[in-house]
Amino acid sequence: MASKHTIATRHAQGIRARFASRFLRSLLRVRRSSNRFGGSQSNDEGIGKRIRTDRIKIAAYAAMARAVGPRRTWSRALLFKLRNRARIHGVSRKRCLVSEKKRVTRNKVVAISREPSRADTLRKLVPGGDSMDTCVLLEETAHYIKCLATQVTVMQSIADRLLL
Amino acid sequence: MSSRRSRQSSAPGITDDQIIDLVSKLRHLLPEIRQRRSDKVSASKVLQETCNYITNLHKEVDDLSERLSQLLETIDCDSPEAAIIRSLIM
Repeated sequence: MASKHTIATRHAQGIRARFASRFLRSLLRVRRSSNRFGGSQSNDEGIGKRIRTDRIKIAAYAAMARAVGPRRTWSRALLFKLRNRARIHGVSRKRCLVSEKKRVTRNKVVAISREPSRADTLRKLVPGGDSMDTCVLLEETAHYIKCLATQVTVMQSIADRLLL
Repeated sequence: MSSRRSRQSSAPGITDDQIIDLVSKLRHLLPEIRQRRSDKVSASKVLQETCNYITNLHKEVDDLSERLSQLLETIDCDSPEAAIIRSLIM
């Protein structure tokens, strides 16, 4: 009979492997698209590097959210946000800011007459945290932290391997 | 889902025990507190440490992204590193 610990470890290894393969594929895609625009133009190098960094960062979060799947509130919220960003990014930057602001005011919780608790800070950090009650928030935070730590470890080991 | 029901209220259906349980679960995930004695840490401290930890992890992701971006720049199409990456995916 498998104990809870072994099931959890197997589950963790599954996410790690799924995230790693998705992220590596995205990395190759980013490299291919950045090579296409010519890496030898000196005045574009600074901007190009920042764009590439942003793309890699988004690829990492997207790969992790997809590896987790839609069964967690935070991964659903993150996927939703990334899809909206991808959709709006093609249109215009300004419109993106306006629609983001509108979305925030709509989701705002009724104002409480005390100082913002630490739970409210946590809500801002965890994707989709605004619409969770405290119990769900704590659970989602625990899972989110585990996945974030896995993401960091995998990215670290990829970077180390690329250096050798 | 039923979680929408208690969005605005202070969660009447949740017991203190549940919250204590979840907070202790969170505590075990945090790298710092694990070394200290587990009984004496307040929930507020756990939440604070959690927020700091998440912020640190976000920052590490940013730094690693920049590092990977730099490394990606130096990889040629047919270099051994690209072969390594491809072999990791297969």
